[in-house]
Amino acid sequence: MHNPQLNDRGELTHLLSTEGLPRAILTQILDTAESFMEVSAREVKKVPLLRGKSVFNLFFENSTRTRTTFEIAAKRLSADVINLDIGRSSTAKGETLLDTIDNLCAMHASLFVVRHASSGAPYLIAEHLRRIGRDDIHVVNAGDGRHAHPTQGLLDMYTIRHYKKDFSNLRVAIVGDILHSRVARSDIHALTTLGVPEVRAIGPETLLPKHLDKLGVHVFHDMEAGLKDCDVVIMLRLQNERMNGALLPSAGEYFRHYGLTPQKLVLAKPDAIVMHPGPMNRGVEIHSAVADGPQAVILPQVTFGIAVRMAVMSIVAGN
Amino acid sequence: MHPNDTLPDAEAQCRQLAELIRPMLAKDPALVGIYSGGAWIAERLSELLGLDRETGLIDVSFYRDDFAEKGLHPQVKPTLIPFDVEGRHLILVDDVLYTGRTTRAAINELFDYGRPASVSLAVLADRGDRELPVAATWKVWDVALETKQNLVLEKQDDGQLAWRLENA
Repeated sequence: MHNPQLNDRGELTHLLSTEGLPRAILTQILDTAESFMEVSAREVKKVPLLRGKSVFNLFFENSTRTRTTFEIAAKRLSADVINLDIGRSSTAKGETLLDTIDNLCAMHASLFVVRHASSGAPYLIAEHLRRIGRDDIHVVNAGDGRHAHPTQGLLDMYTIRHYKKDFSNLRVAIVGDILHSRVARSDIHALTTLGVPEVRAIGPETLLPKHLDKLGVHVFHDMEAGLKDCDVVIMLRLQNERMNGALLPSAGEYFRHYGLTPQKLVLAKPDAIVMHPGPMNRGVEIHSAVADGPQAVILPQVTFGIAVRMAVMSIVAGN
Repeated sequence: MHPNDTLPDAEAQCRQLAELIRPMLAKDPALVGIYSGGAWIAERLSELLGLDRETGLIDVSFYRDDFAEKGLHPQVKPTLIPFDVEGRHLILVDDVLYTGRTTRAAINELFDYGRPASVSLAVLADRGDRELPVAATWKVWDVALETKQNLVLEKQDDGQLAWRLENA
């Protein structure tokens, strides 16, 4: 089957999803990111790889943190970065997505970083570029709808490998609103491909997608049982807008059952790490004592995220 | 084509190279080996010269000038410079000096760590055909090869360094 992320030689030319990426490519991204970690520790935190290239940040949906880390990553690769305020520009005037893309191509774009509320928007752009013969322009998905957030998934894998050294003996739990989470989906595909033997999903029935077991995921509705002997606990943000619907009774109720407290965390392995993609809701999905505690690796995740995005951008731009 | 057994002994060449560098020790230099061959040679030189400072290791993938044609090398290793570059005399170490492009990239990378007092270049083999104005400060072996030939330094199972000649 044609994989739109890969070129004819099987190399990564767009990053759209962790799903369907071979293990060798995931590993190459993580290894390359390790080298970029070292660049960020230097006096001059910049390498000339993408000098003369233009990276367009197309955030059709807001995200300060993800956009900022992509911007820092692109600048450390010496690219020129253009942030488009899409909400207030052409789209608001009625221009279609692909017309916007054609215009940016005419401005000599080299790489699009795309965040969109609709699942599949980055695929649409990548397919369009292929159709018009612009295989010199690359797309990196920075989150599309409920579908995928591959750079977050990859930085989570980097974090796990950094602390746990290898994937082959791990028990990883993902906790919370998995139904609406593109991060969870990207994590699950990457964890499975990298050979993690046991991936668990913990959450209320209303926030877990059906058929998770088909992805090889073990489902738990009871958090205590689900956390038992885990090596890695990935907490997901509870999106406030879900609270108003019929999916959840209240934030307090949710915290009682699925909030990560120090008392619940002791059920995991003593050296378990706690991750969170941010932004955190303290007192909703995570207790402050855990978020600020010795097992949390939430801020290192942010630092690793820059190196991972540098790796992704430099790999796709070279292929 | 040369059969491999007529190629010189790389370990003996390392010892010769160490003797060429020895007079420089008065300046308290630091070694920086270019992955992978140069890194092995730098380790040898450090032992032979009794240097107590850690050896630097450099991977020039992020500074190469052929990124546009070839993309990023699939196996980049982290550059490690475990000392302050500022004001130090550096000895860049590589196995083969050829076009000079790798040396150019390595010098650029080193300057992103600070302003060294000087940079010298030590190589085992110089195969000529330079494309940039680069010259070795010390070299052991001048070798003329055809363009399609590739001279590779290998680390054997017993840890010994040896040359191999490949035909592309």
